[in-house]
Amino acid sequence: MAAPLIAVAGIAAIVLTATTGDVMTASAMRKLGDLDAIKAKSGLGGAVLAVATSPRLLIGALSMALSFFALLFTLSHADVSLVAPASGSLTFVSNAAAARIFLKERVDSRRWIAAILVCCGVVLLHR
Amino acid sequence: MPNSTMTIRRYLILAVVMVTGSCGDTCLSVGMKRIGPVSIAHMGTLFAAVRTPWVDVGIVLLLGFFASYLTALSWADLTFVLPATSFGYVIVALLSRFWLHEHVSISRWIGIGLITTAVGFVTRGPSYTPPSAVVEEG
Repeated sequence: MAAPLIAVAGIAAIVLTATTGDVMTASAMRKLGDLDAIKAKSGLGGAVLAVATSPRLLIGALSMALSFFALLFTLSHADVSLVAPASGSLTFVSNAAAARIFLKERVDSRRWIAAILVCCGVVLLHR
Repeated sequence: MPNSTMTIRRYLILAVVMVTGSCGDTCLSVGMKRIGPVSIAHMGTLFAAVRTPWVDVGIVLLLGFFASYLTALSWADLTFVLPATSFGYVIVALLSRFWLHEHVSISRWIGIGLITTAVGFVTRGPSYTPPSAVVEEG
C-alpha cells in the first residue's frame, strides 16, 4: 500500500477508535461525578476504585488502547507533526458531533465555530 | 452535580493534559522512528515496540495524560476539554521542529494557528452542561 494511503487509513482508524474511547470515557466520568469530590469523601483509593470499576470506562479504555496501537503503526509511516495534529483535530470534530448526539452536551455556536476553525486548520495541516 | 467554576487548579490540570499528551506523543514518535516502518504482515513488532525506552517514557507520560484527562472530564464537558487542551498541538509542532528536526511548513503553522484560535474561542464559553439542560434538550 502506498505510504500516503497508509497514513490516511491510519489516521481514520485513530479517529474512529479515539472518538469511541472519548465518548465512552466522558460518559463514564459524567455518571461518576466530580473526582475531586469523590477523593475528598473516599480518599484517592476510593476515587481510583470508582473509576476502575466503571464498565463504560473499561470499554473506553479498550477503544483508546486500540487507538494507541493505530497511532504507533501510523507514526512508523508518517511524521508526528502531521499524524498528531490531524488525528487529534479530526477526533475533536467527530467528538463534537458524538457528544451532541450521545452525551447530549450543549454544543453551542461557539463550540461549532471552534470546530470549523479546527477543520480549516486540518486542511492546512495536510497541504 | 460538579461545580462548573474554573479554578486555577483546574486550569493547571488542563495544562498537565496538554504537556503530558504532547510530550508523550513526541516520545512515541522518537521510539517508532528508531524501530522503522512496521509492515501489516509484521504487526507483532508493535508489541515489541512497547519494550523500547522511548516508547516506555511515552507510555508513562500518556498515563499521566489519561489521569489528568479523566479528572478534567469529571467536571467539564468533552467538547470543552478537547479544544481547551488543543494547544498541545503547538507543543508537538515545536518539539517536532526543534527536537526531531522534522519539516513543519508554513501552511502547517497557519493550521496550528487556527487550532490555537479555536482553543481561545471555546475556553471563553461555559465548561459544563448541567444535567437539567441535558434533560431539557433530550
